[in-house]
Amino acid sequence: MDPAALAECLKTTSCVVTQVTSGLIIGMLLFLVAAGLTLIFGVLKVVNFTHGSFYMLGAYLALSVYKVSDSFSLAVVCAGAGVALFGLVFERLFMSRVYGSNVLMQLLVCYAFILILDDAVKLIWGAEFRSMGMPAAFQRPPILLAGGVVPAFYLFLIAIALAIGAILWLVITRTRIGKKVRAAAHNPTMTSALGINTGLIYGAVFAAGGLLAGLAGALAAPVRSMAPGMGVSILIESFIVTVIGGMGSIGGALAGSLLIGLIRSFGSIGFPLFTEGIMFLFMAMVLVIKPSGLFGKDV
Amino acid sequence: MSKNEKHQNPIARRRFLQGATALGGAAALGFPMISRAQAKTIKVGMPTILSGRVAQLGISSRNGMMMELDKFNAAGGLGGRKIEMVVRDSKGQPQEAARVSRELINSDGCEILFDCEASSGAFAVHEVARDLGVLCIHNISETSSLSADPKIRIPNAFRVTRQGVHDSIAGGSYAAAVAKAKGLRKWMTCSPDYAYGRDTTAQFAEYLKLFYPEVEMVGEAWPKLFQPDYTEVITKILQAKPQALYSCLWGGDLTSYIDQGNIYALFGATEFFAVNMADYTTLTAVKNLPAGIHSGNRYVKTFPRTPANAAWADAYRAKYKDYPTNWSWEAATGMRFLVAAMKKTNSADGKKLAEALRGMKIESPFGADGTITMRAEDQTTIGYAIGWGTTISKEPYIPEVKAGDWKQILELELDWKKRNNYL
Repeated sequence: MDPAALAECLKTTSCVVTQVTSGLIIGMLLFLVAAGLTLIFGVLKVVNFTHGSFYMLGAYLALSVYKVSDSFSLAVVCAGAGVALFGLVFERLFMSRVYGSNVLMQLLVCYAFILILDDAVKLIWGAEFRSMGMPAAFQRPPILLAGGVVPAFYLFLIAIALAIGAILWLVITRTRIGKKVRAAAHNPTMTSALGINTGLIYGAVFAAGGLLAGLAGALAAPVRSMAPGMGVSILIESFIVTVIGGMGSIGGALAGSLLIGLIRSFGSIGFPLFTEGIMFLFMAMVLVIKPSGLFGKDV
Repeated sequence: MSKNEKHQNPIARRRFLQGATALGGAAALGFPMISRAQAKTIKVGMPTILSGRVAQLGISSRNGMMMELDKFNAAGGLGGRKIEMVVRDSKGQPQEAARVSRELINSDGCEILFDCEASSGAFAVHEVARDLGVLCIHNISETSSLSADPKIRIPNAFRVTRQGVHDSIAGGSYAAAVAKAKGLRKWMTCSPDYAYGRDTTAQFAEYLKLFYPEVEMVGEAWPKLFQPDYTEVITKILQAKPQALYSCLWGGDLTSYIDQGNIYALFGATEFFAVNMADYTTLTAVKNLPAGIHSGNRYVKTFPRTPANAAWADAYRAKYKDYPTNWSWEAATGMRFLVAAMKKTNSADGKKLAEALRGMKIESPFGADGTITMRAEDQTTIGYAIGWGTTISKEPYIPEVKAGDWKQILELELDWKKRNNYL
């Protein structure tokens, strides 16, 4: 515990700027993953435990495309598209069969795919860890903002993640397809009775979730090494975010991710040995005070 | 028998002929069986990790071991008897390591254990060796207490690896020299939060302060093992502004840490001492390796700077299309000790081999002076190449390695043992 160091940091602008942006970057990448998870739950009422593996697939696809094309933007786009396609196929062929079943069955299907995907990645890319490296465009010294240190690449990531979040919000609230998705989430029977192909909607939602997780994996690839099984830690953190923010609420996912990001960045100074503990403590508090999450709908 | 009796006893004669034929047939068939028994293979069991995050440990140690094994078998083995290695995957779980070790001895007919488990598994295999009384060579675990602690040590277990306390002394000495020369007094550490990370970092800090008492530890960071994101740890270090930073992060974690530290220009502001940097897997994975990172030698082709070491690295690379690791040279040396003991005693008997191994000195491309010795009193290796140097971003990655002083290492190790009541 080092509350003195934390107080010291909060007094200096440079420290606050560095820590806030560091919290933002942790939060925004987490938001992309958690948004997909919460979207799938909100519409399909299914907890997609394979979500961490979507993130892993995105990272590896980006690695391979970057290796052959040397273009980071192409790598990100292909990774997102690839995982979106996988999400669609996964939903149509496997998850759709267990919607009516016991949640344990859904969990089993997802867990089976975690294992299958981990082994597939091992077969294709090898068991040893891999690293993409920073694209040349971002190999520059960090930007100094009011004395605080902010890497150029992270500013770019924050901007991209915010843009993706904004597009997602616009699609859900302002477009026809978004209206259909919200209708299917609210009342699938009625929606289907109105002649809307709910099966396609469900597939599209899973594809969207896959797209978000895949993009997150690809965007983080330049700075995070990848290895089979890397999806687990991301999955657990996204669950904490969705529980805090409210399952099914994208705004909640944003709030939850930013909160987690700031807890981690400031916690690392003030409570370095207990940062994880604080995260879980916060989640427990939210569960006690508002079980449906900060922005979740009361059941 | 008279002519009459023979005619009156055709059945008896037939039976006699049948019996004679059977006996003759058995004798004819039996001879190859006897000669096969003389050429019976010596089965050696190797529990290791071949899957999961640290699969490279098992893969590279098996490779290093095989190079020595193939040479021995190709030359005829032990008077015609070849060694057959039975490899099992414990998946990194100590209880599984114990189980497969027992099976190797009890069910698979192995007489010797060639342990290539990481520390947690190695201690489990060690207890199996204690229980079953078989010869056991530990080829991976660097945890000093495995051989140093008399309560843990057993007469039938030997360790052929680098050792934690040796690396801490050599590392502390090197770092102190650099720190004195450059006036690096403010230090921080950033290591993974598990037994290896905690113990190794504490030991390094102890010896750093011993050689340069002016050192001041201004902070510690303890990220979780395999943590993907180090942002909050890096920004915390930037706030504290240490002059030097020590880390025993390894593999993918070290790669991520360097990639993330680079974009914060962490290594421009702080001198970085990463004991596990000089491992080809990590050196080749980091795309933008900053120059001037200080590292201990896990395995590098250029240290010792001898033709024998370079030749071994080239042979490994040619055969396995991959760079050798620290685990590769350790397992190769373990196998070399085993076959040397077999040749010396002309036996595969565990007790005789153990007797021969105690105090044995062998020629080795990985020895500081061309040899490595199995110290008799605690049955662990000394005299292996140990040193530190700084990185460049391309081959040979660490052009100059400053060798550790074995005299100093052994003196301080003795002192460390006394302080821990290991003597």
